[in-house]
Amino acid sequence: MDATVTPLLSVRDLSVAFRHGAHETLAVDRVSFDLTKGETLALVGESGSGKSATALSIMKLLPYPSARHPCGEVRFKGRDLIKLSEREMRRVRGDSISIVFQEPMTSLNPLHTIEKQISEILLLHRGLTGAAARKRVIELLTQVGIHEPKERLGSYPHQLSGGQRQRVMIAMALANEPDLLIADEPTTALDVTVQAQILKLLKEIQARMGMAILFITHDLGIVRKIADRVCIMQQGQIVEHGTVANVFRAPEHPYTCALLSAEPKGKAPPLNPNGPVIVRTDDLKVWFPVKRGLLRRTVGHIKAVDGVSIEVRKGETLGIVGESGSGKTTLGLALLRLISSEGPVAFLGKSLQGLKFKEMRPHRRDMQIVFQDPYGSLSPRMSVCNVIEEGLWVHQPNLSAAERGRKVIRALTDVGLNPDTRFRYPHEFSGGQRQRIAVARAIVLEPTFIVLDEPTSALDMLIQAQIVDLLRDLQKRRELTFIFISHDLKVVSALACRLLVMRHGKVVEEGPASEVFANPQDPYTRALFAAAFNLEIAPEGVVAQ
Amino acid sequence: MDARIATENPEITAVAPGGLAVPPELRPLTMSPLNRRRWQNFKANRRGYVSLWLFLILFLVTLFAEFIANDRPYFISFEGKWYFPVFVTYPETTFGGDFETAADYRDPYLQKLISEKGGFMVWPPIRYSYNTHNLDLPTPAPSPPTWMLTHEQCQHVLERKGLKSCSDLEYNWLGTDDQGRDVLTRIIYGFRISVLFGLTLTIISSIIGIAAGAVQGFFGGWVDLVFQRVIEIWTSVPPLYLLLIISSMLVPGFFVLLGILLLFSWVSLVGLVRAEFLRGRNFEYIQAARALGVSNVVIMFRHLLPNAMVATITFLPFIVSSSVMQLTALDFLGFGLPPGSPSLGELLSQGKANIQAPWLGITGFFTVAIMLSLLIFVGEAVRDAFDPRKTFG
Repeated sequence: MDATVTPLLSVRDLSVAFRHGAHETLAVDRVSFDLTKGETLALVGESGSGKSATALSIMKLLPYPSARHPCGEVRFKGRDLIKLSEREMRRVRGDSISIVFQEPMTSLNPLHTIEKQISEILLLHRGLTGAAARKRVIELLTQVGIHEPKERLGSYPHQLSGGQRQRVMIAMALANEPDLLIADEPTTALDVTVQAQILKLLKEIQARMGMAILFITHDLGIVRKIADRVCIMQQGQIVEHGTVANVFRAPEHPYTCALLSAEPKGKAPPLNPNGPVIVRTDDLKVWFPVKRGLLRRTVGHIKAVDGVSIEVRKGETLGIVGESGSGKTTLGLALLRLISSEGPVAFLGKSLQGLKFKEMRPHRRDMQIVFQDPYGSLSPRMSVCNVIEEGLWVHQPNLSAAERGRKVIRALTDVGLNPDTRFRYPHEFSGGQRQRIAVARAIVLEPTFIVLDEPTSALDMLIQAQIVDLLRDLQKRRELTFIFISHDLKVVSALACRLLVMRHGKVVEEGPASEVFANPQDPYTRALFAAAFNLEIAPEGVVAQ
Repeated sequence: MDARIATENPEITAVAPGGLAVPPELRPLTMSPLNRRRWQNFKANRRGYVSLWLFLILFLVTLFAEFIANDRPYFISFEGKWYFPVFVTYPETTFGGDFETAADYRDPYLQKLISEKGGFMVWPPIRYSYNTHNLDLPTPAPSPPTWMLTHEQCQHVLERKGLKSCSDLEYNWLGTDDQGRDVLTRIIYGFRISVLFGLTLTIISSIIGIAAGAVQGFFGGWVDLVFQRVIEIWTSVPPLYLLLIISSMLVPGFFVLLGILLLFSWVSLVGLVRAEFLRGRNFEYIQAARALGVSNVVIMFRHLLPNAMVATITFLPFIVSSSVMQLTALDFLGFGLPPGSPSLGELLSQGKANIQAPWLGITGFFTVAIMLSLLIFVGEAVRDAFDPRKTFG
């Protein structure tokens, strides 16, 4: 950075402390950085590292007074924002500094049309009303690349896709041509193809308007693509900063090195073409009826899974990839008969079709599932020991308490957790540890087949890699067969030996993973890979907006 | 920025040190950390905590009302034998009287018989029961508290009993009601019956309400649709009029009233529990339990109910106080407990009918006000204790 230019934003020794009852935790510890006009600074760190708290304190959007700033200043165009009154701060927010949040589903008010939401900001800061406001809204929607902006004015948020909602959020943030745009993980909740589009859009707008962007993310791939400089945060402190090129080429701090090498590695298990078939389906369909009218007549179907045939052999991992809404999770649930489906499902050579809940029970001990959200998949009111042994109560009710305890301990040891912690409750564990507990619950019954439904998506990079290693290790030791459902192609490439690409409930491409990755045939698969590995967008028409 | 910052380097501490060697130990019999946190939160609300203790003390004390205020002594020693009139009803002839009827220990004649034979009696602190009429009233009933009496007012009683001053009379600390019954005794018994009624009504209606809500929320669909419509129709029946009609046909005792109020009070929790179950049944840990082959009933009891209980428990103290209020209101209107029962509502209506005797109205008001305030304060503290932002924050 050129030392002679006065920075647009200059944060000095900023600290944030949160109070819970009597004691205080320091979320951000004396953080300093500068940002000049037209520059992009990325704040990188795991969840809980204080990166969001830093960004929110620039806008003074933290839950005061339970949050406070023990020290530090935030100089924006020469003024210290920390000392501004709430009234003065309101004039800054949305005008010269604006923010785009992570979750496009909840950051728009579902009861207002998008025109109303965007024009509200124009009215607040510029007093624009009527035709002038409408003209500006259309202009903004065009800028963020919404097709047919005039027709979209009267739409409500639920009528838009996730990517379109995020575009509307960006339009709102850009409405008053801010000098600084804070983007708090703006693409985390989006599909990879849409993520690539949004990143490109932000880059274009920055080039046009010359604003500074403070980009908060946990994804180093994005940093490499979009940022000029980067600050790595760990436990509330900036442990390393510098230009992206320098930090990526020669990281100095051990944590940065760990982050950079954290990408899931290792080789998937080999194909097992002659092994016994564990699961086979033929033309599996899951159709949800759409009912309309007074008599609830079925007028059509949502085809969540539409004619999928798969075959998984012992010891293999079948990776199922696709965007959200492609039916990959539904397929997994249908294979385990957790939702009803049409078409034959054969498990270990026996047909599961038409079995009632009770008749399914003996099969359940051989098939298990691990879910995406480690916070939602463990009952908060049961100790870890109870969570894990629940399956044993059902399937081996004659087991003595001591034997049950031994099995729980063995499962916990296998997933790399200290068995002494088994009487604790789930909220005392971190996300990665909880995911290990969920895996322990699945393996305690010694199943042959496990469906892994995005088990790493909610975890930080470092921990993702650990869980991937754990799963591969367990697979080898216990001869497990996996179906691995994910939208994260990097993780899939480290685990899956065969690949199934799904779109709109149908299989678009299928084959050995190495072949599909090396030489994708379908244009959609190619778009997906480009977006995931290089953050490049596909030509118009292949993927949705 | 939450708890994860506090856990230092979670993934590294997780490595097991030769875990197989650890013997399976029994789960320690302590409160779960979550509940301990809640208890701390509850105690942090000083007003609620103190209210809980006051309420518990009052409830425990009044639970033994017969030992505090009774017209029968605890113990009589008579001709070398021991008698326990609190527990056993003895005929008057036992003590040398003339009739086979139950002995009236307040009768000076019987007292004289016992003391002449060298016997003695041990009395509770208050020698009236809720239905004892004070036969030595200094003024026409309702009679003011004894400490408020002037010498002129008690003169004729003093002469009849051969006493010197008003303070030698048997005390009615809060005066008597319009039938010459001791007010303090009646509020002790009245408090007990109100709280017992409130608790019983709350417990039974919660059990029914939670069961109904759980079934509706868990199964959803047609079960839910039909049940909800039935409840809507049911709640549109005006309970007060129905109560008037029923109480003209049945003699309204404790259990009849309980039954009638129960008909309407069980719906109060249904909506809440139903919503919790509807929300909870889509959680991933419910799916996980299904994938393990756990049956519906077990899922409902082990996974869903504990989570629905938080919202329910938060409501309970408020339901208790509203039940108490309902009983008091019915008593006040004269449709409540049978005549002669010690009820707070009846005391209030006496206060209304006897403006010249303010001790009736004031006592009734303060008893009801303090009891309900204590319950509301406890309820607020419970609500704070279960507040997830405070529990996890």
